[in-house]
Amino acid sequence: MSSAVPFWRDPRKRAIVFQILVLLLVFSTVYVLFSNTQANLRRQSIATGFGFLKVESGFEIGESVIEYSSADTYGRALLVGALNTIKVSFIGIVLMIILGVFVGIARLSRNWLVSRLAGIFIEVMQNIPVLLQLFFWYAIFYEAFPAPRQALNPLPGIFLCNRGLIMAVPAKHPAHLPMLISLAVAALLWWLLARWAKKIQDRTGRIFPVVRTGLGLCLLFPALVWLAYGAPKAMDVPVLQGFNFGGGVTVSPEFSALLIGLVLYTSAFVAEIVRAGIQAVTRGQIEAAMSIGLRPGQVLHLVVLPQALRVIIPPLTSQMLNLTKNSSLAIAIGYADFVSVANTTINQTGQAIEGVALIMAVYLCFSLSTSAFMNWYNKKTALVER
Amino acid sequence: MSQSNPVKAREHLKPPVTEVGVLGWIHQNLFNNWFNSLLTLLALYGLFVTIPPMFKWAFVDSLWFSGPEACREIDGACWSIIPSNARFIFLGFYPEDQQWRPLIAMILLFVLVFYTQNRKSWNRALFPIWVCGLFVMGWLMHGGLGLPVVETAKWSGLPLTLILALFGMVGAYPLGVLLALGRRSKLPVIHSLSVVYIELIRGVPLISMLFMSSIMFPLFLPEGVTFDKVLRAQVAIILFTAAYIAEVVRGGLQAIPKGQYEAADSLGLKYGQAMRLIILPQALKIVIPPSVGILISAFKDTSLVVIIALYDVLKTTKVTLSNPEWMGYSSEAYLFLAVLYFIFCYAMSSYSRKLEKALHTGH
Repeated sequence: MSSAVPFWRDPRKRAIVFQILVLLLVFSTVYVLFSNTQANLRRQSIATGFGFLKVESGFEIGESVIEYSSADTYGRALLVGALNTIKVSFIGIVLMIILGVFVGIARLSRNWLVSRLAGIFIEVMQNIPVLLQLFFWYAIFYEAFPAPRQALNPLPGIFLCNRGLIMAVPAKHPAHLPMLISLAVAALLWWLLARWAKKIQDRTGRIFPVVRTGLGLCLLFPALVWLAYGAPKAMDVPVLQGFNFGGGVTVSPEFSALLIGLVLYTSAFVAEIVRAGIQAVTRGQIEAAMSIGLRPGQVLHLVVLPQALRVIIPPLTSQMLNLTKNSSLAIAIGYADFVSVANTTINQTGQAIEGVALIMAVYLCFSLSTSAFMNWYNKKTALVER
Repeated sequence: MSQSNPVKAREHLKPPVTEVGVLGWIHQNLFNNWFNSLLTLLALYGLFVTIPPMFKWAFVDSLWFSGPEACREIDGACWSIIPSNARFIFLGFYPEDQQWRPLIAMILLFVLVFYTQNRKSWNRALFPIWVCGLFVMGWLMHGGLGLPVVETAKWSGLPLTLILALFGMVGAYPLGVLLALGRRSKLPVIHSLSVVYIELIRGVPLISMLFMSSIMFPLFLPEGVTFDKVLRAQVAIILFTAAYIAEVVRGGLQAIPKGQYEAADSLGLKYGQAMRLIILPQALKIVIPPSVGILISAFKDTSLVVIIALYDVLKTTKVTLSNPEWMGYSSEAYLFLAVLYFIFCYAMSSYSRKLEKALHTGH
């Protein structure tokens, strides 16, 4: 059967041929690179595969969430790095949102001075590379702050010196675990209360003060448990021992500098997002809310914020991811995040391909899981249209 | 006489002094209710606590043009670290007798940028002018044709930062446009390849791309073939930036009404012609302001090459700071660099805001 149209004039067949050609090009490029790499690895006698994960690492890591020593494996070292990345990203994201919302609202303030100061903060932080900011804060820690012996003592129990920020914490006590459990119970009750309150509001229109009650529960429950255990007040206060502090909790200068730099840099972008989100709510909405007699707080809480959040959330997600990705700059100031540990691993084993692949895989996991969560949240809050 | 004209007297009645002029402005903008008054007082107190000591540190107790020994005597800032090491910070390891070349190249770049920012000069001549300009800059930096050759390993300081950002953008743009078209394509293979590339790159930090360029690229190449570190980093920056440009351009493509595509089809234009003559000119105009945004982040991101030991302006500053004579003046040096980066980025971002207003013509 012969068609009247030759195949190079049929757009559908042409498309298929074109795609096959592109695929061939991609595959042959990959093949050439792969065979080159194979040859190079053989020539330099570098091992391949992920066997090195089970080998003893032989290097120490400055700070770690879990137990780790140089006798542990590379796999555990990388896990320590990943946990450190998660730690700094999580705390950073929480602080970034708080500071960003604060500055964004300040930028919209009718107070000229406050709004200008917020504007200056946003411009300055956005236009200076985050790596330079990290170097700056790290330099402040090790150059401007005194040695432990002359440590600054801004508040009782808190010391600032070139070894970091050292804080007094409550001394270990058996009451702490039950307190934590009671907090979890309170949070669960809060969630149930919110569901119940929504049902009541849907049926009767009456509003139950969920947030206030929930916060009250979260404070009350642990406080009751604390009292029941006889109100232990002992503190683990840092004490100068020789050239350094003993006791208390130490936040290392690397972690502090990384956290400060990331939070200041990214919150400037968040502030702009928050400002744009609030401004996206049309004036008519606010006027309508006021005309049905809502108080200013209710206008913000019931009308402006729910609508602004819809505009804010997608770009906010990408800023959360940016903060996580930028936390990889930790390597430049010596905080043992995943990239930094992976880099040490690459230097010791020579297995660059596996190392870089691991870095990319881990960050892809972070990115994909954050965006999956935020997509779910976004769907939940998105406007249900026809 | 005086009481005969009450109307006139009323005309002269002025508003209260607290509602007009400077006092009125202050009342309206700073003290219009108790909350704002409190905020103003708090902000003023914060400024009062921080600004005078910082001013004293930076300007009163400071030294600007002195040797390192004099700086040890004072409490204030030692800005002398900048003028004393300016040559190294800005030009790095470029051979001293040839340093006029990067200087002229940078001046040429600034002249070109200044010429381009005026929208009256956006015409057909602009593209060839830039090609010539980039060629001359490359020739000045690299040498050849009568000038002694300076290999890229010696390129450092501000010229390296500018080159990485500029060529990163120039190289990434065509690739980004192709990827955006690919992502919008109806052909499944092209579409999925573009999506995978864009999402993969946007999901990983730039530093992992730079690592790839510095330690994996050499493994990819056949035995005996090498290309230098600066070029490898440049390729990584291009591959990275292209994914972000692709997303911006895709936004522009999506903003073009369907009627434009259909009109192009009904004129009988082929895909290439339709894109080149109808769609891309409109889409690219829309995305000029966000592209400037990407240029700004590319410019800031070039500082990351510090980590793979390229000598950009941040690295030359760090080298200066590791010199025992000038050790301990990090704050001054970093603040100076911050001002430098700020001037560049702020100029670009305020220009992009201006452009956004000027180009907003709607459909």
